[in-house]
Amino acid sequence: MSGPRRDPDMVRPYVRTQGRIRARDDVRLESVVIAATGPTDTLPPDARRVMRLFAGADGGLAVADIAAALELPPSTVRILVSSLMDSGHLTSPVPAAEDQPDFDLLQEVLRGLRSMV
Amino acid sequence: MDSAPWSDRSDPSVTYVPATVTRSAKIVVAGGFGVGKTTLIGSVSEVRPLRMEEPITQASAGVDDLRRAPYKTTTTVAMDFGRIHMAGGRIALYLFGLPGQSRFQPLWEDLAEGALGCLVLADTRDLDASHDALGLLDGARIPYAVAINTFPGAPGYPEEELREALALDPGTPLTVCDARDRTSSLHALITLTEYLSEHRSAALMESRR
Ligand SMILES: Nc1nc2c(ncn2[C@@H]2O[C@H](COP(=O)(O)OP(=O)(O)OP(=O)(O)O)[C@@H](O)[C@H]2O)c(=O)[nH]1
Ligand SMILES: [Mg+2]
Repeated sequence: MSGPRRDPDMVRPYVRTQGRIRARDDVRLESVVIAATGPTDTLPPDARRVMRLFAGADGGLAVADIAAALELPPSTVRILVSSLMDSGHLTSPVPAAEDQPDFDLLQEVLRGLRSMV
Repeated sequence: MDSAPWSDRSDPSVTYVPATVTRSAKIVVAGGFGVGKTTLIGSVSEVRPLRMEEPITQASAGVDDLRRAPYKTTTTVAMDFGRIHMAGGRIALYLFGLPGQSRFQPLWEDLAEGALGCLVLADTRDLDASHDALGLLDGARIPYAVAINTFPGAPGYPEEELREALALDPGTPLTVCDARDRTSSLHALITLTEYLSEHRSAALMESRR
């Protein structure tokens, strides 16, 4: 696994967000990410704080969970998580094969809510 | 009244999303100040509700000196959220509470992107407080349902009058709930989700014509 992508000229002005200025479209507040691999000692401090949350974790966290835990603005965390996905430090959980391709999220949520009452 | 399942826990540390979860979804809960957003999220969430804070900067109106940099004020908007796991632990449904004031529009874009839909809470003592949220949702084309939260001493109105006061489309669901009660809150969310499901089939039919 390669380390984080770093452009030395970009790092200084955008330390908090590792050079990214926009979040990936697939990284939303409710997007769950899990830890992959990669050296974290070269990461900027906030990115390292994100990765530290995952140390020894038996599960994932959504962008919102990270924002709440680290007391960072969710818009900043969206960008941090986007960078950490680009660099391979974080990844998305892979849906089980049986959930594809006709998995209907809305119907599953409806069924789930009904089963709770 | 049944209480939230997390309320007897005291561990404030991070609650991880179970490793079984491979999909997530979100529903936004909106409405005016003090209408019960935090209460509703807390009553259905399976984890202790959390809070995020987003600073937003806005240019103030009424700049009379053009040589001066326009006035900017920074407000911190708090958003609370909860989480429900379903489908045998494969789905995490996040519920985000968002203040309905239209000056928070920049946040709405971020938050509402990808949302299944929105539940708008309203209080009959101040129906006008819901207008900002409804306007933002109409503008962003996010489907929603409205739930009247029942507060003591709040006036009751016939449904037709409520619909008119809130300027709701005939198809928009209007229900009643007690945000403090888990089952009642779940029913409001089910009403919304049923509507989203019908709404989507209707949109599909439309696009096939
Ligand atoms: N009777 C009654 N009281 C409620 C209901 N929902 C909320 N409350 C009470 O109303 C007050 C405000 O509720 P919150 O959940 O904090 O409202 P909110 O929309 O999150 O408020 P802000 O975040 O400040 O805009 C609390 O004291 C709740 O206990 C309800 O359905 N019925
Ligand atoms: Mg609140």
